[in-house]
Amino acid sequence: MRSHIREFDSSTLNESVQNTIMRDLKAVGKKFMHVLYPRKSNTLLRDWDLWGPLILCVTLALMLQRSSIDSEKDGGPQFAEVFVIVWFGAVTITLNSKLLGGNISFFQSLCVLGYCILPLTVAMLVCRLVLLAEPGPINFMVRLFVVIVMFAWSIVASTAFLADSQPPNRKALAIYPVFLFYFVISWMILTFTPQ
Amino acid sequence: MAAVDDLQFEGAEMDTNNSCGAERVDSHPMREFGDAATSAANPGTTTIHIEGPSESPTHQPGLPRGSGGEEDDELLGNDDSDKTELLAGQKKSSPFWTFEYYQTFFDVDTYQVFDRIKGSLLPIPGKNFVRLYIRSNPDLYGPFWICATLVFAIAISGNLSNFLIHLGEKTYHYVPEFRKVSIAATIIYAYAWLVPLALWGFLMWRNSKVMNIVSYSFLEIVCVYGYSLFIYIPTAVLWIIPQKAVRWILVMIALGISGSVLAMTFWPAVREDNRRIALATIGMIVLLHTLLSVGCLAYFFDAPEMDHLPTTTVAPNQTVGTAK
Repeated sequence: MRSHIREFDSSTLNESVQNTIMRDLKAVGKKFMHVLYPRKSNTLLRDWDLWGPLILCVTLALMLQRSSIDSEKDGGPQFAEVFVIVWFGAVTITLNSKLLGGNISFFQSLCVLGYCILPLTVAMLVCRLVLLAEPGPINFMVRLFVVIVMFAWSIVASTAFLADSQPPNRKALAIYPVFLFYFVISWMILTFTPQ
Repeated sequence: MAAVDDLQFEGAEMDTNNSCGAERVDSHPMREFGDAATSAANPGTTTIHIEGPSESPTHQPGLPRGSGGEEDDELLGNDDSDKTELLAGQKKSSPFWTFEYYQTFFDVDTYQVFDRIKGSLLPIPGKNFVRLYIRSNPDLYGPFWICATLVFAIAISGNLSNFLIHLGEKTYHYVPEFRKVSIAATIIYAYAWLVPLALWGFLMWRNSKVMNIVSYSFLEIVCVYGYSLFIYIPTAVLWIIPQKAVRWILVMIALGISGSVLAMTFWPAVREDNRRIALATIGMIVLLHTLLSVGCLAYFFDAPEMDHLPTTTVAPNQTVGTAK
């Protein structure tokens, strides 16, 4: 009975909407910080959410969208294709690690993979800014450097969270798809050219 | 455990000494039945037999699973069931709607996957890839991720090579071709699943007419096909080099290696058959494989047009040099 009353007191029913939104935003922001400074911590795993991945994925897909009117000549990835690659890829990797015998829940893994796109979204932002400048080999080199660094960052961050959930003799098998996933996203970012 | 040791020993000897292998197959069911009766089967016997009838319509004789009860029935029914069936009794089985059932297809360790990839890259003449590396534990990890890697390797290096070919031109404006990913995915996954399915059906049909000593399950065939595609990943990356001769030499090397893996694996399965049909089957397998590689090269990689390049005068000499 007592626990029931306490539950009612701490419930979110009678708090203002602003508090609720701010609390969720704070949780998402905290997880962004965890990705940027990857250390062995369980915060990202313990209370997962899919808000962060959704925001990152939509941002990435919107920035990858080219502003060309003529869609026939537009060979780059469309919004839906980026969206499908990110979510379908994350689900496949998660299923793969579950099938290999990893002890991590489905949504925890999805949450980690989604949040670790953050460095690549930052790379996309930098690339768009760099592309405003004069095109040329130096321009490309700068973009290549940024994308490679952010790709390595994504890999390091995601392995820091995911590697411990696998049996030691299968770690490489579980990490390899993650590598492929971020590599493909990096490729999409690097080959992006605005019309 | 004695049965396992014998089976591996037999797998090594299978190709060299055929009659000996046949005798061993005959001698196995008794031993296996004895083991099962004494150790494992007793506690679960009743429940297994209750489940038996409901499962039996979906049960395929070639697949390496099935409950202990069916196993015993089959062993009592016909003596010439193959080694896959014998080992299947040692695997725990669960119905197909559970997650554990699918986990058995991903039951591999890192070193096993590396061994299988190595085996597909360095085929030993006269040795069977399935008996040597897969040993009744076919996995879907390798085929699935090798196909995924191959899809992106072909799409990305196809893009890169087209970019490199047109690099010198002033009028050329690079546009990424993302649809290559979806087309490559369709082609590769269709090849890696539909061809094994057709081959499995064909081998089943031939098996019902002529008794072959070696028969493969569907998963084993998928596994062989998946791993045999691995050689195309480095090949696709090297296809970036915009030189016609280099590309065709690479195709020949890749085709030679993976084609010989496939041919040596499936030759024992059709050897007992009519000579003409056996040769036609192997020829068909190799032909489809050739079509895949040549088709990928022709479709995804633009032919380097010599008259567009500033190196027109140098190119023919280089081609001759590499061809020699």
